[in-house]
Amino acid sequence: MSDFLQLIISGLSTGSIYALAAIGFTLLWQASQTINFAQGEFVMVPAFFILVGSQVLGLPFPVAIGFGLAVAVFILGFVFKRLVIQPMLPHGHLPIVMATIALAILMRELVKEFYSAEAQTFPALFSEETFTVFGAVISHQDIGNLAVSAAAIIALQLFMGRTRTGRSMQATAQNPGVAEILGVNVQRMVLYTFMINAALATLASVLISPIYLAKFSNGEPIGLVAFLAAIVGGFNQVRGALVGGLLIGVIDNLSAAYLSSEYRIAGPMILLIVIILLRPQGLLGTSEGRTV
Amino acid sequence: MSDTVLSIRNISKSFGGIQAVRDVSFDVRKGEVLGLIGPNGSGKSTLFNCVLGQLRPDTGGVTVNGQDVAGKRACALSRLGVGRTFQQLSVFPEMTVLDNIILAGQEHKGSMFSRLFGASDAGLTEEADRMIAFFRLTHLRDELAGSLSYGQQKLVDAAMAFMANPALVLLDEPAGGVNLTMLGHLKERLKTYNREHGTTFVVIEHNMEFVMSLCTRIVVLAEGAIIAEGTPEEIRANQTVIDAYLGS
Amino acid sequence: MKQLKILGLVAILAGLIIAPFTQATYGTYVLSSWLVFTVAAMGLNLTLGYAGQISLAQAAFMGIGAYSTAIMTMAGLPWIASVVVGMGLCFVVGLILGYPALRVQHHFLAFVTLAFTTLAFLVMRNEEWLTGGIYGLVGIPRPSVAGLSLMDGTRYYFFTLGVFVLASCSFWWLVNSPWGRAFKGLRENPIRANSLGVDTRLVTLLAFAIGAAYGGLSGALMAPLVQYIDPMSFTLIISLKILLMVVVGGSGYFFGPFLGAGLVIMLPEFLRFAEAYYLMIYAALVVFLMVVCPSGLLGLLSRAIAAIRSREPAERGDLKEGAQL
Repeated sequence: MSDFLQLIISGLSTGSIYALAAIGFTLLWQASQTINFAQGEFVMVPAFFILVGSQVLGLPFPVAIGFGLAVAVFILGFVFKRLVIQPMLPHGHLPIVMATIALAILMRELVKEFYSAEAQTFPALFSEETFTVFGAVISHQDIGNLAVSAAAIIALQLFMGRTRTGRSMQATAQNPGVAEILGVNVQRMVLYTFMINAALATLASVLISPIYLAKFSNGEPIGLVAFLAAIVGGFNQVRGALVGGLLIGVIDNLSAAYLSSEYRIAGPMILLIVIILLRPQGLLGTSEGRTV
Repeated sequence: MSDTVLSIRNISKSFGGIQAVRDVSFDVRKGEVLGLIGPNGSGKSTLFNCVLGQLRPDTGGVTVNGQDVAGKRACALSRLGVGRTFQQLSVFPEMTVLDNIILAGQEHKGSMFSRLFGASDAGLTEEADRMIAFFRLTHLRDELAGSLSYGQQKLVDAAMAFMANPALVLLDEPAGGVNLTMLGHLKERLKTYNREHGTTFVVIEHNMEFVMSLCTRIVVLAEGAIIAEGTPEEIRANQTVIDAYLGS
Repeated sequence: MKQLKILGLVAILAGLIIAPFTQATYGTYVLSSWLVFTVAAMGLNLTLGYAGQISLAQAAFMGIGAYSTAIMTMAGLPWIASVVVGMGLCFVVGLILGYPALRVQHHFLAFVTLAFTTLAFLVMRNEEWLTGGIYGLVGIPRPSVAGLSLMDGTRYYFFTLGVFVLASCSFWWLVNSPWGRAFKGLRENPIRANSLGVDTRLVTLLAFAIGAAYGGLSGALMAPLVQYIDPMSFTLIISLKILLMVVVGGSGYFFGPFLGAGLVIMLPEFLRFAEAYYLMIYAALVVFLMVVCPSGLLGLLSRAIAAIRSREPAERGDLKEGAQL
């Protein structure tokens, strides 16, 4: 029982990081119908921006984080949106899908070639100390990750719901035509969404890199999970991405423990198939009507 | 009763708190051209969608030639002998007019299997050409449907609806956005088709002039209920109808 | 215009026949690979370009075909029997996978095929007793035609070319039949198609299942070509590669897969000089290509042709006679 509790808590901890990636992914979809297959790499790369800041530029760690965040928001937010996504938007989903897949490969290769193919240690924000609750061993990191992710998500919800910019962004996502008529600068709102995604990805990067080390190949599993979490949660709901991320984090942990390690990934996959067949709009999504 | 093609019985439908259609009943007999009119929000579209099987009514039912149509997919309805035209985006733009019309007819010819191994045109070129000639579109036969004018596309739309030789055709605002000359041509062709084939039409329309001169009988809806039924002359003179449109 | 097309076709065919004689063994192998992947891309083109569904399982279907052929031919059974089994299996799996996914929203086939590819890979990797596990299957024999052994690379190339031509012709026949018209209708205006009696669900399902069968055929050609298969040849990445072939060539165009497969397979060969950077350059090129011509190369070509044509006076039927309506 204590083992189970432990698995659940550490599952929630990693799940909350996945949730950050999934929420960013969902936001991009809602705001601009962009399916970002490079989302995993978007989480992998900022760690390297930060490492460049601290190892190459010699900045103290907190400053390096700020540096990494700034670079990430600029490149993964602004440049990505203007140069890559914008020209392809009128042509449907597929070119964006193919381009982001290629972008993921490009980012992976760039890091591998120009930084290192080796896994790099990444400074942790929280200590590795553990404490015991009901027989379950829980680390400070588990709680810390959960807390930071929760804070970020709450801050995001407040921003989207209570500030003028946030509400304009929501309006743009729901009905860009009407939003434009009402005086909202639609292109800028979409840009903000991309920048927020970059920021969320950077946060996820900072939280997850101490655990899995910073490596060029980290993007793949995270990207897949972000994608799955968004689907499971319901593509058109941010709350769904949150639930999806947590759920997958937990299921992944349980699969690793209880299923044979070879079939570990089957757990989330089966969840995906079950959700699609039984509740295609995702756990929290709204039904968009049946097909023709 | 055997010549009743469409039977609408006690249809009611509400969305949330809004009663869109209340207890509407009427029959349409074979060969009639029925016009369904009413001010905006009168429930015409909701009723139309119930007939098309896209909405399930809260009460009552719709039968076509005796068969219940509730919840049926559009392709199943087509096989029951119900055709329809659309307000917008009604043709296949990258296919020729001829291909559009052959496609409209091929699904009713033989089985899927025979279509795979049969002729590339499903043996329908001659019939399609006749239909194209009927609508006087022969000179556009090999043009891409998407390059036609809006009015010409509406003619192609009607041609497609008729290709399967349906017993009942539902026309969704056929006059919308069409210029006067084309309108006259469309009306004349519809009347001729109805006369020659005895096909039953139900027309939803806002254009009064079009409806009055095309239809043999008119049903008027207002606020979800039938307020009048009768020939065009009767309806034109009906004070309740006039009040409903002008607002009282 | 029609003569131009026929001339082009003859030229391509002639080129394909002459090509192996200008190449050494490796070059011929690459050419065979091109044809094999074109068959897979053709199948995906049917699903994607004609029926509008994204499938990420084409590599898994190739895998089913390849392993069926490997297992059966290594047990002494004739190649053609393994093709029937492989294609049949893929068709049935396609029906099973597609049926529930197509009852719901548009992109869900993409997700289901993604999950299926991952699961299929797991089975290929873990079930050693059947598939040889991570070690794969070695020593796959090449079929012999009329007593002639196909061990020679050039001979196997011509065998592949023959099967490829047959596959292309049957694809051509399919898309020009009434079924093809229904596929195109489905692609252009599914709502209208449905209202005309086209059972859109069934037609989409068939497009997917037939596309899957082509994937199986491709696998059946691949196994004897490489003579060693392992699960790594049938991963999600490969599915994405095949998808890329279709999109780059031009989704929905008949020659799209041929062009796209050529580009995707030949490009790494031309980038060989870049060594470690080749994947980077490749990926960058793909991003560039997608940003610059999102409708694929043939899409770009057809727009160019339309632009040239529009400079000529309009030849539309009704304008020839003057407006009548």
